[in-house]
Formats: sequence, C-alpha cells, structure tokens
Amino acid sequence: MIYEKKPWDLPLKILGYSILCLVALAMIVPFIWMVSTSLKPSGAEFAYPPQILPTSFNLENYKNLFTLVPFGRYFLNTIIVTFFTVFGQIIICSMAAYAFARLKFIGRDVLFVLYLATMMIPFQIILIPLFLIVFGLGWVNTYQGLIIPGISSVFGIFLLRQAFMSVPGDYQDAARIDGASEFVIYWRIFLPLNGPALATLGVFSFMGTWTDLLWPLLIARDQDMRTLELGLAYFNSSLSAFQQTNWPLVMAAAVVLMLPVLLVYIFAQRYFIEGISLSGVK
Amino acid sequence: MASTTQLPTRTAKSRKSLWQKFWSSTNERMGYLFILPSLTHIILFLFIPLGFSLFLSFTDWRGTNIYNAPWVGLDNYEFMMGDRRFWNAMQNSAYYTLLSVPLGMAISLGVAVVMNQKLRGTYFFRTLFFMPVISSWVAVSVIWITILDPQAGILNYLLTSIGLPSVNWLGDPSTAMPSIVIIAIWKGLGFQMIIWLAGLQAVPEVLYEAASIDGANSWQKFRSITIPLLAPTSFFLFVTGVIGSFQVFSPVYVITGGGPRGATDVAVHRIYLRAFEGFDMGYASAQAWVLFSIIFVLTLVQFWVRRRRGEETLF
Repeated sequence: MIYEKKPWDLPLKILGYSILCLVALAMIVPFIWMVSTSLKPSGAEFAYPPQILPTSFNLENYKNLFTLVPFGRYFLNTIIVTFFTVFGQIIICSMAAYAFARLKFIGRDVLFVLYLATMMIPFQIILIPLFLIVFGLGWVNTYQGLIIPGISSVFGIFLLRQAFMSVPGDYQDAARIDGASEFVIYWRIFLPLNGPALATLGVFSFMGTWTDLLWPLLIARDQDMRTLELGLAYFNSSLSAFQQTNWPLVMAAAVVLMLPVLLVYIFAQRYFIEGISLSGVK
Repeated sequence: MASTTQLPTRTAKSRKSLWQKFWSSTNERMGYLFILPSLTHIILFLFIPLGFSLFLSFTDWRGTNIYNAPWVGLDNYEFMMGDRRFWNAMQNSAYYTLLSVPLGMAISLGVAVVMNQKLRGTYFFRTLFFMPVISSWVAVSVIWITILDPQAGILNYLLTSIGLPSVNWLGDPSTAMPSIVIIAIWKGLGFQMIIWLAGLQAVPEVLYEAASIDGANSWQKFRSITIPLLAPTSFFLFVTGVIGSFQVFSPVYVITGGGPRGATDVAVHRIYLRAFEGFDMGYASAQAWVLFSIIFVLTLVQFWVRRRRGEETLF
C-alpha cells in the first residue's frame, strides 16, 4: 500500500512527542529530586522555590548513612536474603515446571490446576498464620525466616512451564534413548535451553524480594536483621516521631536502596518486559 | 483389530490393585520427586496457613498460647458487622479502587496509543516510564512525601506559579486519598502501558487499512477497531487492577499511616494494625477472610460477565 504523506502528519508527530515528553518529565522529576535532595546539606531541602537540580554536591549524607545508622548491615542483609530467594526460586520452580511440562504422573493436571488456583489467594490472608508458623519454628529474626517462605512461587512455576512446553519433545526422547536420567535431561538440556525464561524469573524475584516491605516488617524485629526497604521505612517513621525528618539523609538512603534495582533493570530490561507481556497477555 | 490386541492387556491392568496402578511404569515416578520441593513448600507455607487462618477467625486468640485459643464461633464476624473502623477501611479501599483503576487504565492507554505510533525513541521513553514500576514503594513514598509538602513541595510550587491555590495534599482528609491515588497511578503507568502496548500490537494492521479505504477517520478507527479488539487486555488490567487495589498497603503504611482522621485507612492496613499492633489475631483473620471473599466475588462476577458476553476467558 502506498503511504500518502498527509498535511497533518507533522503536527500529529509534534503532538505525540510533546505528550511523551510531558509524561517522561513527570516520571523523571521525582527521581532527580531524590538525587538532588540527597546531595543537599541537612536543612536546605525545603528552600523556596524548590530547587530540582542539585545546587550542592556534598556526600556527607551518604557518609552519615553508613556511620550513624547500620545501613551497611541492612545492605548485607538485603543481599543475602535476595540472593538465596532468587536462587531457591530458580531451582525449585524449574524442577516443578519440568515435572508439570514434561513428565507424566497420576494427578499431574489436577495438581497443576490447584497450584494455579492458589494465585488467587491474597498474601494478606495467610499473613497471620504464616507468621505464627515461622514463629513456631523459631525463625523470627533469622535469615531462614526471611528467605524460606519466599523460596518458591506459583507464578514462577507457571512462567517456566510455559517455556519448557515449547522445547521440542525430540530432545527429551533422544536423550532418553542415550540413557540419560530425567535429572540429567532437566539439568543439561532444559535449563540451558531456557536461559531467557530463567532470567525473567530471576529478575522478577530479585525485584520483588529486594523491595518487599510487609514480610520483613513482621520477621525482622531486631535492627540487625532489617533489610534496606524496612530500614528506610523505619528511618522515615522513627525520625518523624521527633517532628524533624532529616530529608537529605532519607533521600540518600532511598538512592542506596534504588541503585541496585535500577542497574539490574537497565541491564535486564528485555527479560523484564518479556516477562510482563508473557504473564499479562497469555 | 486394534481392540482385540488391546483386550488382554486391559484385563491384566484391571487385575492390578489401585496402588500398583498408581505406581506402575506408565506413571513416571520421577515427576513426584521433581515437584516434591515445591509441593512441600506450598503445603507448609500456603495450605496449612490458609486452613489455620480460617480456624483463627472463629477464635478470640490474642497471641498467647495457641492451644487454648478460645472458640467463639461467629462472634468475630458478628462484631465486624457493627465495626465502624472496619467498614470505613473497606469504603476507603473501594474509593481507592474506583479512583485508581479507571483513571490509571485510561491514562496508560493514552500513553500506549501515542507510543504505538512508531515514533523514534520509544525505547528510551519506555525505559523512563518503567522506572517507577520497578522502584520500591518505600522509596517512592518518601520522595512523594516531600513533593507533596504543603509549604515547600514541588507540586504546590507549580500550582501557585500558574495562579492556582496550594493544596494541603496529605494533611486534608478530602485530598489525602486522591494523593495516594496520584502516586499509585504514577507508579503503575509503565506497567499498564506495556500491557496495553502488547494488546495494541496484536491488532492486525489490515483492519485499519480496510477502514481507511472505507473512509473512516482516526477516531472512528479507534472506537470501532482498537477498543473492541483490546477487550481481553482491558479485562486483564481491570481484574488485576481491582485485585491489586484491594490489597494496597505499603504507600498507606509509609505515607499517611491511615490518616488524616482515618481517611486513607485501607483494608489491609486495618488488618495489619489489628493483628500486629493490637495482637487481635482472631478478629484480624476474620477481617482478612471477609476481604478475600469480596475480592473473590468481584473476580467471579467479572468472569461471569465476560463469559456471558461470549469472550474467551483469560486463564
């Protein structure tokens, strides 16, 4: 079809770009505000008119973050919890996904439907008894208490099952004829072939765990066990109890919390978008 | 032919006991081994807590010894009927949902339509629009507390500089919830836009071309082609949006703590306060079950409406 250039093409293009730029501005300004506030000396954050671009460049707040508050410890906790949760999700979800996608056993389909049905259950409804179970196990204030309840997810199993189903059955048959065990087929064929899907799950569970608030809020009772997200939440509320929140310090904490997430996002953007489109439109 | 050869095996099979049948070679036992970790996890951390919470909702357990949790029958549910704070919270959740879901969907659809015009630089814009989605709720909350500051916040500065009166965003009960909604829409825009965009790109180009030949203008094409074909996408966003809205917690916990004067006290926040600050675990569990039932019924109604309209269901 021959495309005719219409006289209103250019104005429409300009209109499109101005809408996008306006939205982009609304999206980015709060982040610029976060960074520039974190660089201001304490007390200068509410200068009038508000200064969106950084006017000063002092790293005092960042230094205070790690000396006045145990933010380094929070950081370490978050890394430990996130690492083991992501690792566990990838192993446990991929194993279950392999069984659901490629093995035949009695009750498989019923079980899978049951799994899917649990996606409807909001986390809040099991929050109280889950806490009691973890409490009963003596896991309050421990890493296992923070990690193990999140170590498997139905969403992850569903995501990986979709990917595993698309691997040609010939691979599995050929490997079986060669005498490979199911575990070898899973480990040496299915995992390497589904790198992108595993990466998608990894990115999702990284984001979810790194920024989780409600669960750490219940489990990490000691200051030493707090994650970054929780540390920041307490930071805000404990400081405002004195009616005098040190906003530049809080913003510095927010920057430290956000930086790893933004970096992972920028480098793994493809997997993230794919995962969302997959889970949303399938 | 085929039936005569199969006959002996079938009789042999039927002679096997149920257990033998279950554990026969056609049943790949490895399957159970592979799902064992996830099954253990889901039983221990989902099914048992689920049953446990239903049990708790019939008790008046307040965080002492679980073995003598006093059984109170339906008392918790009866008390809830007259609990003004609980209904205030449910009302707030409904208000939040009614504001945030349609507005968020409309705005993100608008942005997605523009993004779908094959302008240059959409990758860059998509990256930007997605930054709030991946951000943590607490970080977003602290940023917006300062932006919405009545005296020195950026938003009021912008309003007053174009001659509008400044607003006490988070301090006024009538604007506190809309403020939370603005923040939630800002945070969720990128996510919804990606879903819309995937839906838009699935609309066959031929339809637009045919409509152009018939002399349809852009708006007519949008109304009669795009909107109907986006029905599955909008359904998905609507369902997930409503479910997600009824579960909102973090922004309320960090930004307003339910205030001012209970104006932003949403359902999950109320349950949290009852359970973990009031240690009224039994009553809080009952509240959680009522919330769950409401979400469940809403979802079922949506599925039912969709089935009646003859659209294929999504899950």
